Amino acid sequence: MLKDRTHLEKAEWDEQEALQVIAQFASLKGGLMEALHGLQHAFGYIPTESYELLADAFNLSRAEVYGVKSFYHDFRSEPAGHHVIQICQAESCQAMGSRRLTSHVQNMLGIKLGETTHDGHFTLEAVYCLGNCAVSPNVTLDGRLHARMSEQAIDNLLKKAAL
Amino acid sequence: MSDLVKIFVPLESTALSLGADELVLALLEEAAKRGQDVEIIRNGSWGMSWLEPLVEVVAPQGRIAYGNVTVDDVPGLFDAEFLTGGDHDLCQGPTAEISYLKTQDRLTFARCGLIDALSLDDYQANGGFQGLEKALELTSQQIVDQVTDSGLRGRGGAAFPTGIKWNTVLGADAEQKYICCNADEGDSGTFADRILMEGDPYCLIEGMIIAGLGVGATEGFIYLRSEYPLCKEILSEALINARSQGWLGSDIRGSGKAFDIAVRMGAGSYVCGEETAMLDSLEGKRGMVRPKPPLPALEGLFGQPTVVNNVLSLASVPIIMAKGAEFYQDYGDRRSRGTIAFQLAGNIARGGLVEKAFGISLRQLIEDFGGGTMTKTAIKAVQVGGPLGAYLDDLDLAMDYETFAEAGAVLGHGGIVIFDGSVDMAEQAKFAFDFCAVESCGKCTPCRIGSVRGSELMAKIQAGENAQDNLNLVKDLCDVMDAGSLCAMGGMTPIPVLSALKHWPQDFKKEDFKVKS
Repeated sequence: MLKDRTHLEKAEWDEQEALQVIAQFASLKGGLMEALHGLQHAFGYIPTESYELLADAFNLSRAEVYGVKSFYHDFRSEPAGHHVIQICQAESCQAMGSRRLTSHVQNMLGIKLGETTHDGHFTLEAVYCLGNCAVSPNVTLDGRLHARMSEQAIDNLLKKAAL
Repeated sequence: MSDLVKIFVPLESTALSLGADELVLALLEEAAKRGQDVEIIRNGSWGMSWLEPLVEVVAPQGRIAYGNVTVDDVPGLFDAEFLTGGDHDLCQGPTAEISYLKTQDRLTFARCGLIDALSLDDYQANGGFQGLEKALELTSQQIVDQVTDSGLRGRGGAAFPTGIKWNTVLGADAEQKYICCNADEGDSGTFADRILMEGDPYCLIEGMIIAGLGVGATEGFIYLRSEYPLCKEILSEALINARSQGWLGSDIRGSGKAFDIAVRMGAGSYVCGEETAMLDSLEGKRGMVRPKPPLPALEGLFGQPTVVNNVLSLASVPIIMAKGAEFYQDYGDRRSRGTIAFQLAGNIARGGLVEKAFGISLRQLIEDFGGGTMTKTAIKAVQVGGPLGAYLDDLDLAMDYETFAEAGAVLGHGGIVIFDGSVDMAEQAKFAFDFCAVESCGKCTPCRIGSVRGSELMAKIQAGENAQDNLNLVKDLCDVMDAGSLCAMGGMTPIPVLSALKHWPQDFKKEDFKVKS
């Protein structure tokens, strides 16, 4: 959950940059996962153009690369919005009102979990446990963890982010 | 300038999520304003999460704790002379005397909160590397036997005897063996691995080195979930420090023995906490569950003999080696030996980590340590052991593997999530299926399809559509998932579903209407 490059600062596809990223991990045993993290960090998502480069570097087919990329929730197919909000949907946060908190944010932003606002400003995502369950409910904003979230506290966070 | 005063402020996710970094700046600023010389030490968390950020001042009488400190409290704390342990509303007294902490059995977590997590000097001054030093003088078999004799069982959830697993790997003949630490702590309500890795990373590193010496492995991997970015930073720095002091590398402290560790990141997949899915993921593949046999102990990572252990299993090894198997055996009851890190979460007044010998009751944990619900409302249900654990209404169960197995429940990784009366247990049962549908690796049909069908059935039951018939179908489906799934993901999803149905049938009874097919 490194703070990836986001929508508005999306990097243009750059084959040289992608090759450089991949080269760092190509000799690691099982390095494909690390290479995917590296690409997402560089581009904000996993560009389809990179499949062929990854396939070459790890001696796989493009289909196999896609298979790995698409298995994991973290790897994006498109850039996220300018700010990414994750709301924990797991049991501990449910016990402290995360369902209500989620519908509150959905209503406020006019999007559902997994969607990005039309202006590209906010992406709202589900996450299953941030490991901060003693002080639920938890959210992250651009990778930073915030605990004991109330509707008002999340309003304040989002307002600050929107400025 | 006045005398230098040391102040501890945790560098730990919970403390940070409640403003610890901003607090450090405010403390430094206020101290400078008042001409007071202070040194801020970033320790780990003691696990008293409800008090975070917990600021400790090293006063003449010892470490004095101030809980839930915010930036706004800082001037008032200085006014109250907290640097000499002055009284204040937020003062919790001497840290070591706080009963939540004092009444625990801190073996694995002995140093968490006490030390600067990244200081090797602190680590060694507080018992660190004593276990490894002893292990370096033993044969591999002696190391494995000591772990076996301690009675340590896997703390990730499956509770398999650690020593027996190690012995299998030791007995396997191979050029290369591996130690894989499962740090994919995905269960809701659990955070003990994180607190250990953020608060005492060398303890895990030491445990992995001992495991390597025990089974003859020279390479280790920590498979870390991507939701724990701070752990990655702390572990990476700890590995560099340990390497520079010769605790890792080709010649550990001149012993001629080699061991090194790399951290690898997961990518948001719950099922990768299952050991064989984790191995596939470490190999750079989809995190698909493998059928067993072959056991990972014989054909694990890259087809080589591999120890796969949870963070806390490995982090318990140093104290077992340092103090002996009998010392560890003396804690616990029945065949649950030693201590386990319980984690109080959800609707709880004093949430956090409690390391206790096995055998304490669920009620003692929730009431004596946890102080009941945060909202002061009555408890309706308690889920123990993560999303695949049972919802319980009996708080008088003893917390050990055997008692829980007899009750059709699991201790799992020690997570305890408390719910009050606002919870709808039919909704929780539906969530169990939904979660399984989202996280299933898809390899076996009962889990991949069963989870989706289960969710559909629950939606009908909640709407009252042929409720009784559909409930019978859910029970049938749970039977199939339990018996036919490849791993615990599909195999244990029925546990939360059926326990919710068993204890709270009224939540499943909606006005029934028949729909003609």
